[in-house]
Amino acid sequence: MKKKRLVDLILMAAVVSTLFFTSTAHALSEAFKENIYRVGALKPIDSVLKVKVGDRAPDFTLPAISGEKVSLSQYRGKKNVVLSFVPAAWTPVCSDQWPGYNIIKDIFDQNEAVLLGITVDNIPTLFAWTNQMGKLWFPVLSDFWPHGAVAKKYGVLRSDGVSERALFIIDKKGIIRYIDVHDINQRPALEDLVTALEKTNKR
Amino acid sequence: MSKTRLCLFVIVIFIAGSISYTLAATVSPLKGDVLPKINLLIPKNPDEKNYLGLSGTGTFRIPQIKAKIVIVEVFSMYCPHCQKDAPRINEMYQMIEDSPDLKNRIKIIGIGAGNSPFEVEVFKKTYSVPFPLFADKDFSIHKLLGEVRTPFFVVIKINEDGTHHIVHSQLGDFQGAHPFLELVMKASGLK
Repeated sequence: MKKKRLVDLILMAAVVSTLFFTSTAHALSEAFKENIYRVGALKPIDSVLKVKVGDRAPDFTLPAISGEKVSLSQYRGKKNVVLSFVPAAWTPVCSDQWPGYNIIKDIFDQNEAVLLGITVDNIPTLFAWTNQMGKLWFPVLSDFWPHGAVAKKYGVLRSDGVSERALFIIDKKGIIRYIDVHDINQRPALEDLVTALEKTNKR
Repeated sequence: MSKTRLCLFVIVIFIAGSISYTLAATVSPLKGDVLPKINLLIPKNPDEKNYLGLSGTGTFRIPQIKAKIVIVEVFSMYCPHCQKDAPRINEMYQMIEDSPDLKNRIKIIGIGAGNSPFEVEVFKKTYSVPFPLFADKDFSIHKLLGEVRTPFFVVIKINEDGTHHIVHSQLGDFQGAHPFLELVMKASGLK
C-alpha cells in the first residue's frame, strides 16, 4: 500500500512539474504591439531535409522587399551566405529573431558573410512586418510564389505550407557547411550560429 | 487505481494546472507588489559588483542591491524597441551617476529575457551599456515576471529594514531619461 502511494505521489509530481515547465516561453517585443498572432506550440520539425552538409547549395533567385532580385549564385567566390528561413511573418518567435541579427552586422562582416532572410510570405506582408523591426541591413526575400519553392528545394517546407525555422551556412564555393533545422517553437542561440560562421570562414 | 485515488489525481492536476497558469501567464509585477523570488548571479566584473554593492560569489536577490531604488529593465537583444531605447537608458544611467543626490541611491539593472550570456554581451557591447545586464536564457526569470513583453520596466523601492515593494511598472513607452527619473522619484517618495 505504501509503495503504491509513493508511486502515485511520484506520478503526480511528474504531472505537476510538466504543467509548470511546458508553457512555451518567448519574450514578445513591444514593437509589434498586439499584432502578433499566437500560434501555440507546434510540432518541432515537420519536413525532411533534401540537402546535407558538404552538398552544393541549390541555387535560387527570389524577389526582395527592396524590389531587386537576389540569387544565391551572385555571392559565389565573394561571400559566405547565411540563409535564415523563418516560418511566418507576424508570429511570436520569428518576430524576435531577425531584429537580433540586425545588430550584429559587424560579426557577419568579420566573417565575410551576408545574411538572406527568407519566408514564404508575400512581399507586402514582409514589407509591413519588417518595418516594425527598424531598418534591416540584409535583404529579406519572399519565397511566396511558386509557393515555398526554395524551402521545398532545401527540404524545409512544412506540411502546412510555412517553412521551418532553419539556418544554412553556405561557403564562398557554394558548399553547405552548416545546417540547423531548429525546433520551430524556439529561437536558435546566437552563439551557435556565430561559432559555425567563424568555422566556415576559417576553412 | 481506485476511484478515490483517481479523483484525487484529477484534482491535483487541475489545481496544478490553474496555479501554473496564473503564475506563468497572467501576473505581471504591479505597483505595491513584492518581487517574485529572482536569483541573479553576482557579477564577476569588479566594477559591476561594486556598483551593486555586492560581495562574494554565487547568487543574489534584487532587494540586496545597495540602493534605495532599483530600476529593472526586462529587455531582449532581439527586441527592436529595447535596441532603440538603449541609448536613452544609458543617458538615464549617466544622469544618475552625475548627480551627487541620486548616485548610490538609484541603480539600474537589465534582465535579458530568453537571452544567453553571449546574446546579452552582444547587446551590452553594441550599445555600450554601462550598467549590469543579466542573462535569462531559459526564460525562468521572465516566467516569474509574468512573461511580460519587452521592454518592461519595474521600479523597486528598498526600505531601511530590508523589505521592498514595487512602486512603478510599465510596458515600453520609455519617456526619456529625465521624465522617467522624475516619475521614479515621485512614485518612490524620494522627492
